[in-house]
Amino acid sequence: MTSGQDRVQVAIVGSGPAGLSAAAHAAHLGMSHVLIEKTDHLSDTIFKYQKGKHVMATPSNLVLRSDLDFDAGSREEILGIWDRQIAEGKVNVRYNAEVTAITGDKGAYVIEVKGGAPIHAENVVLAIGTQGNPNLLRIPGAEMPHIQYQLDDPGEYFDEHITVIGSGDAGIENALGLAADPAQRNTVTILNRRNSFARAKGANVKLLEEAEADGRISVRRETSPQEVRPGELVLDTRDGEEVIRCDRIIARTGSKPPRDFVEAIGVQFASEERDAFPQLTPTFETTKNGVHVIGALAGYPLIKHCMNQGYDVIEFLNGNTDLKPADQPILEEKFAKLPDRYPVEHWLDVIGSNVAIFRELSPLQLRELLLDSTVEAFAPGEAVFIRNEPGSSMFAIAQGSVAVEVNPNDPSVTVPIEEGSIFGEVGLISGRRRGATIRAAEPLVVVELSRNAALKLIATVPSAGRVVNQISIERQLLQMFGSGLTREDVAALVQQAEVVDVRAGQKVIEEGAEDRDIYVIRRGSMIVEKDIGGKPVFLSYLPAGSYFGEMAVIDGSKRTATVKAAIKSEVVRFPGEAFNALLDAKPRLREKALEEMAGRREVTAFVEARKDSFGSAADMYSETAQFLVDNGIGEATDVLLIDETLCVGCDNCEKACADSHEGLSRLDREAGRTYAHLHVPTSCRHCEHPHCMADCPPNAIKRGPDGEVFIDDTCIGCGNCQRNCPYGVIRMDAVPPEKPGLLSWLLFGKGPGPGEASYSWRKEHSGEGQAKLAIKCDMCLGIDGGPACVRACPTGAAIRVAPEKFLSVTREGGLD
Amino acid sequence: MATVAEDESPRRERQSDHEGFLAHKRMRWLKIALLASLVAILSYALVDVTPRHNGGSWYGYTLGTIGALLIVWLALLGIRKRKMTEGKWSLKAWTSAHVYLGLSLIVIATLHTGFQFGWNVHTLAYALMMLVILSGIYGIAVYATLPAQLSNNRREMTKGQMLDALDAIDRQLENAAQPLGRAESDLVIGALEQDPFAGGIGARLTGRYPDCRTVEALDAMAHLDGDAASGKVLSLLRKRKAQLDQIRRHMRIRAMLEVWLYIHVPVTIALIAALTAHIVSVFYYW
Repeated sequence: MTSGQDRVQVAIVGSGPAGLSAAAHAAHLGMSHVLIEKTDHLSDTIFKYQKGKHVMATPSNLVLRSDLDFDAGSREEILGIWDRQIAEGKVNVRYNAEVTAITGDKGAYVIEVKGGAPIHAENVVLAIGTQGNPNLLRIPGAEMPHIQYQLDDPGEYFDEHITVIGSGDAGIENALGLAADPAQRNTVTILNRRNSFARAKGANVKLLEEAEADGRISVRRETSPQEVRPGELVLDTRDGEEVIRCDRIIARTGSKPPRDFVEAIGVQFASEERDAFPQLTPTFETTKNGVHVIGALAGYPLIKHCMNQGYDVIEFLNGNTDLKPADQPILEEKFAKLPDRYPVEHWLDVIGSNVAIFRELSPLQLRELLLDSTVEAFAPGEAVFIRNEPGSSMFAIAQGSVAVEVNPNDPSVTVPIEEGSIFGEVGLISGRRRGATIRAAEPLVVVELSRNAALKLIATVPSAGRVVNQISIERQLLQMFGSGLTREDVAALVQQAEVVDVRAGQKVIEEGAEDRDIYVIRRGSMIVEKDIGGKPVFLSYLPAGSYFGEMAVIDGSKRTATVKAAIKSEVVRFPGEAFNALLDAKPRLREKALEEMAGRREVTAFVEARKDSFGSAADMYSETAQFLVDNGIGEATDVLLIDETLCVGCDNCEKACADSHEGLSRLDREAGRTYAHLHVPTSCRHCEHPHCMADCPPNAIKRGPDGEVFIDDTCIGCGNCQRNCPYGVIRMDAVPPEKPGLLSWLLFGKGPGPGEASYSWRKEHSGEGQAKLAIKCDMCLGIDGGPACVRACPTGAAIRVAPEKFLSVTREGGLD
Repeated sequence: MATVAEDESPRRERQSDHEGFLAHKRMRWLKIALLASLVAILSYALVDVTPRHNGGSWYGYTLGTIGALLIVWLALLGIRKRKMTEGKWSLKAWTSAHVYLGLSLIVIATLHTGFQFGWNVHTLAYALMMLVILSGIYGIAVYATLPAQLSNNRREMTKGQMLDALDAIDRQLENAAQPLGRAESDLVIGALEQDPFAGGIGARLTGRYPDCRTVEALDAMAHLDGDAASGKVLSLLRKRKAQLDQIRRHMRIRAMLEVWLYIHVPVTIALIAALTAHIVSVFYYW
């Protein structure tokens, strides 16, 4: 059928999930077709997964629409089912056919195949994915045979020195697989160009760090390969060149769309960005008529999406242009709550064209985004959220407008936000609570994007990222400098703003320097220090939302103190001249700034004047503050400290914690670091951007009404949060049985008494099969009176402080 | 240098004062206790009871009632401490009041006696009360001074970690002792087999363990320091000694922080019994 001038209706290039599903449906409909596969087996990407790898079937709420079956299972099961169904469905597959070029136009495409007869087709469906196009090593010796770009079975290598290059999930999973069985006696090294594994999932990084600590894997940071030699690899490390033994290299540095090949066909991409995807219509057609793109090459890496698209594209080609995407029922349900009962397409159109940050999204991307978001309608006057509520989602106004109550004492003072704009972005970026109450000003329809959906949008759609950035900077400026300013006043400043990432400990401003920029902290926090006699003296702590550096800008002096990041932070830099211009235009603002400056100058002068008499008190003060910051208090919102000059070690705090909850203590008083009798016990700090929340499958970790981070009862006990917490404050344990009451213990000695029962007692008295779930401090959420640990401390040693306040703790006997 | 973001909200009762129980709320309970004592002393001087002050006058009954109620309330701290009910209470405030009002009992109860003592149940109750108060004063003293020592001695280790460190040294010691001669091996084995913390309450409170075989082994082997195998064992024995010292100091300080409760609490119960007898007998013979 494919030989000679026989022309098929559709040629499908690539037999991954998308291509397979398309071919299966074409065969089912009786369309003439051919499925072209480069290798001698189907679905090469999944074929090359590690042996036995569990393949997920997410998103779970999306129905599968395909002639092939698919459900979560092992790589082998899934490939087995597909091989059988493709054979049963009489799908016409051409194996070992590498496509070199596609020429022609709709109705008469010619597909050149390496070393074989060309294929003629009316339509082409490109389902080639991106995995077939891995980023290759570009160093001397990169052509050697012991370099490979995938790992099929980590169990087949023995006694080898293997180096994995790449710091993403694939690289880490490969390295872990190779080192999993010590009986294989492999020496596994993983190289990371950077200092941290930021691109990988937190749980994978944790496992890698554990393997490193056990000595199973050698992790080399800030190291890149320089030259491959037989049996050796030359490394470029921070400390210079180094040669290590290396029998095998596994390079996992990602893959990208084979852009040159696709563009040669005549298909245009959405933008010049490196990661951009081809431009598509809702029927997956590219800018070249008759050429369709589906699957990972269209920007959909998930198997279910791919299979649905394969089915859909064949339906479209078969003339069924009314076919609704598989996610239609989910969207219908989402929009059902809105007034007027318009069809899904109407709302997609309204949202896509009205909201600025969605304008560059394709209809497909918008559908995808809305699957992860909620859509809600509000009547005029109804509150969308209230000041000081916790919340990290972002809202986009699809219809109507809102009023922001900028003055907490007078709700009648409002600022409008118009249709198409966004709000709530401050919580998204800084992790802090809502800064103002926002109410609908007219009948309102908003899209609420979850934190993850919003972050993904910002990261993948550059224009959306720019808009969010600009709006958030503008709003932050208006909020900081108070009322009386308008958007027009700060427009010049916003235009020149630049967002800068700052590493923990990195100096943003150095004392004595003559630069003239002003900064606003967007996320994270800073500490201010002054150099006195060669030692840094701690002056203050600045949380997100503060600004600094304006003194030098206003009066042209040198920097009077050093400002450095307490944790990884993000600051916005504004040029000093632009700020000065704003002050010139607004004399009232200058007055206010000068007033605030005078206060700060006093502190600096005070420190300066007393520098000779400081001695150990100031050192102690600075070092204690530094100790607290080092222990994660820089990212804490609320932390338990124990003053060890008062703590008698009665452990009543732990007992109270256990008795206030289900009988398990969420804090370990004795463990943890101590400095100058100030002890940071193992207990939750309620971080601004909680590490535990990052990878919770059921989204069971939430922020409560007082900013506390807690785990709700949907926890499945997977342990991700425990691994992700850098402070070790989450424990996994089963809920213990009910204890006899206090009086029966006191009078008759029944039960284990106050506090957490011993492990043996719990084991003896609990029923079978109790699941271990994650437990952490919830700051006694819902318990009248507040945290039990503090209430139950007999001597006042246990105190709870927010970082803004911890200065007063360290100050005891310090500068005052 | 900069402007701090506006304070966010009236948070729930999360922020707590950094004040010890003695200084709680600027010594509120000290002031109240002093005032109460002063009023008692002044009224004792001013009120004219005939023929002389005694527990049986209307004035004596008043002081006695106040004292008895105080004793009952002070004893309830034991329940309060263990009953984690909800509500806006603070055990620190209770402790503070317990300390100062307990001390004021010295004045109130002594004046209640009218300085009439004898070999009877009434004086027994008074004596028991004074014993409880004295043990309490010791408690205040150690609570004020020992926690800092406890913290210094811990050096960021938990007790479990200290014991683990000891175990690790013991394992090394066992290996290192293999090449030693019979006599030296026996010394090391003897040290390892001994329970280094046995010695009863005296050893616990003084921190002195005169029969410590680790020390004995160190003394007996001191002359062998030049030899490589013995030198290694000796250095491990010294480490073991240092680790034992840390644990023993920890136990000693903890014991001193707790020992007074073994008087304070049982005597309180005896006091309540004697007090009941005192009150019943007074009313019976009225």
